[in-house]
Amino acid sequence: MKKILALVLALCMIFALAACGQKAAPAAAKTKIGMVTDVGGVNDKSFNQTSWEGLQALAAADSSFEVKYLESKTDADYQTNINTFIDEGYDLVICVGYMLADATRQAAEANPDQKFAIIDDSSCADLPNVACLMFAQEQASYLVGLVAGAVTQSKTVGYVQGMVSDSMNLFGIGFITGVLEQCPDATVLQYNANNFGDIAGGNTAAKDMITKGADVIYQAAGGTGIGVMNACDEEGIWGIGVDTDQAVVLGNDHIITSAMKRVDIASQDISKAVKAGSYTAGVHMYDLSNGGVDLAPTKTHIPEDVLKLVEAAKADIIAGKKTVPTTTAECPTFTLG
Amino acid sequence: MTNFVNSFGIILFATLVYATPLLYAALGSCFSEVSGVVNIGIEGMMTAGAFTGTVVAYFTGSPWLGFLCGGLAGAFFGMLHAIATVNLGADQTIAGTAINMLGPGIVIMLAKILFNSTDTVPLTQAQKIPKLFAGVFDTSTVFGRFMDNVFANYASTYLVFAAVLLVWFVFYKTRFGLRMRACGEHPLACETLGINVIKMRFACVCISGFLAGLGGACVTMTMSTQFRPISIVGQGFIAIAAVIFGKFRPQGALLGCLLFGFCSGLKVVLGGSSGINMHLVSMIPYVVTVLALILFVGKSRVPAASGKPFVKAK
Repeated sequence: MKKILALVLALCMIFALAACGQKAAPAAAKTKIGMVTDVGGVNDKSFNQTSWEGLQALAAADSSFEVKYLESKTDADYQTNINTFIDEGYDLVICVGYMLADATRQAAEANPDQKFAIIDDSSCADLPNVACLMFAQEQASYLVGLVAGAVTQSKTVGYVQGMVSDSMNLFGIGFITGVLEQCPDATVLQYNANNFGDIAGGNTAAKDMITKGADVIYQAAGGTGIGVMNACDEEGIWGIGVDTDQAVVLGNDHIITSAMKRVDIASQDISKAVKAGSYTAGVHMYDLSNGGVDLAPTKTHIPEDVLKLVEAAKADIIAGKKTVPTTTAECPTFTLG
Repeated sequence: MTNFVNSFGIILFATLVYATPLLYAALGSCFSEVSGVVNIGIEGMMTAGAFTGTVVAYFTGSPWLGFLCGGLAGAFFGMLHAIATVNLGADQTIAGTAINMLGPGIVIMLAKILFNSTDTVPLTQAQKIPKLFAGVFDTSTVFGRFMDNVFANYASTYLVFAAVLLVWFVFYKTRFGLRMRACGEHPLACETLGINVIKMRFACVCISGFLAGLGGACVTMTMSTQFRPISIVGQGFIAIAAVIFGKFRPQGALLGCLLFGFCSGLKVVLGGSSGINMHLVSMIPYVVTVLALILFVGKSRVPAASGKPFVKAK
C-alpha cells in the first residue's frame, strides 16, 4: 500500500515539475497583479467585486499594469489559485478576505520572495512579505451612527449583525457610540443573526425592531442584511447600508446612506506601491484619514445640519481630536459581543 | 403584555414568511412522491424559479407574470426529471441530484450573460409580489401592529393556503388524485385497469416542479428584491423533510412547514432580547424538527412504489 502511495506521489511530483517547466519569461516592465477571490466570487457586490473594480480601473488608467483574477469556488481553491499566480510570475498576489488567511500564510512562508496582500486580516502581519489591508469599520459605523441618532424620532434604532467576532463587533461598537453621542437617551435594539445568508431572518428581525418602535436600522450582515433593508423599504423607515453604496446597489430609496469600505482604493494603493518599489509588509490601516472608509456618496436624504455635524465629526477623527472606541469595554451598550 | 403581543405577532409573521416558500415546495414534493417518483431535485427547481421569476418581473414589470414564469421554469426542470426517471427509468435519486446541480449552474450562467453578475438587478417595490392589507391597520396601537404583522402579508402567502386546500381536494376528492395515489402504491395494478402510469407520473413530476418553482420565486420576489446565488440555500430539502414529517399528505406538510417557520420566528425573537447563546438559539428550528420527527410523528409510510421506475408490462 505504502509503495503504491509513494509511486503515485512521485508521479504527481513529476507532472507538477513538468508543468512548472513551461514557466514563461516575465514580460518586460509590466507590473502583474493577481487577485484571488474568496468563495463569494467576483460578483459578490462586496469586497471581491470592489477590489476587482479598483484593479480594473487601475489597469485602464495605467497600461503598465496587468491585472487578473481567479475565483475560488471552494476553500480548497485558495492554495491552488495563489500558486497559479506565483507560478506565472505575478509581482503581487492580492488575497481577498480573512478566509484566505491560512492559505496566504502557507504560500508566503513557502515563497519568501513573493509579495502578497490580504484584505481584512491582520493575522499574517508578522510575515515579511504580506501586506495586511485593514479597514477601520468602526469609524464609518460611528458616522452612520451619528446620522441614525440625529434622524430618529422615536429614539429607537436597530442594529443587525451577521456574526459575532472581534472584527464584526467593530461595526456595532462604532454605530452605537455614534447613536448615543447624538441621542443619549436612545434605545438601540440589537440582533445577532449568526448567519450571513438568512434573508427571511433579516426581514423578521427588522420587523421585530420596527414593531418595537425602531425608525432607523443599520446592518452589517451580508445576505441577511438584504432582508433587513427590504423590510425598511416596505415599512418606509430608514435603513443604513454597509460596505458599498447600497442605496444604489440595491435600488432602495429608503437607504439613507451606507458605511462604505473602499477596498478598491486599498487594492490600487498596494499595487502602485509594488510598481514604485515602495511596497511594505505589515498592517496598512485604511480609515477616514486616507479615504479607506467613508460615508457612501448617497446622502441626499440626510438633512443639511446633520450632514454638517457628520462632516465636523469626520474632521475631528482625521485630526486625531477624537477616537472611536474599538472594544466592548468602551461601549457597554453593545450587548452582542 | 405589550411585549408579549408584539413578540407573538412577530413570531406569527416569521412563521408565515419562512413557511410560504417551503409550503409551495412541499406541496410540489407531495405530488411527485405520492405518484411514486422521488424528487430530491426540489432545491434545483426552486433555484430556477427564483431566478426566472425575478428576471421576468424585472423585464416585464409584472410580478404576477414573473411568478407564473418562475413556476414554469420549475416545471421545465421537473420535465427534465420526469423524462430521465419516468420515461427513461433512470435512478430517481441520482437524477434529482443532477437537477440540484444543473439548476443553479444554468441560472448563474444566464445571470452572467444577462447582467454580467451572479445577481439579478433588484426589483422595485412595484415589481414585487404585492402585500395585501398593507396600511389597512393602524400601526400606532399595539393591536393594530399585531394585525399588521400577521395579516399585512404578501399575496403569495394567502395564495399558498388556498393552494393547500386545492391540493388536498385534488388528492382526496378527485379521480385524478385517486389514480395518482394508486400509481404510487401499485403501478402495475393501475396499468391493468387501464391507467397510463407513465403519463400520470410525468404530469405529477411536472406539477411538482411548477410548485417548487413558485416557491423559489416567492423567496426572491417578496422578502428579497433580487436573485443571488445564496437565495435558495437548503429550503428545498427542508420542504422535503416537511413532507416526510407530514406523512406525504398536503395537510401534514402544512403542519411541518408551519412548525419550522414558528421555530425560526422563535429564534429571531429569543435571539434579539434574551441572553441565551445565539448558537443554541440558531439550532432551535432544526432540533425541534428532529425531535418532532422522532417523538410525535411515528412511522411515516412511504408510498409503496416510491423510487421504483415503472416498466410497462409487455
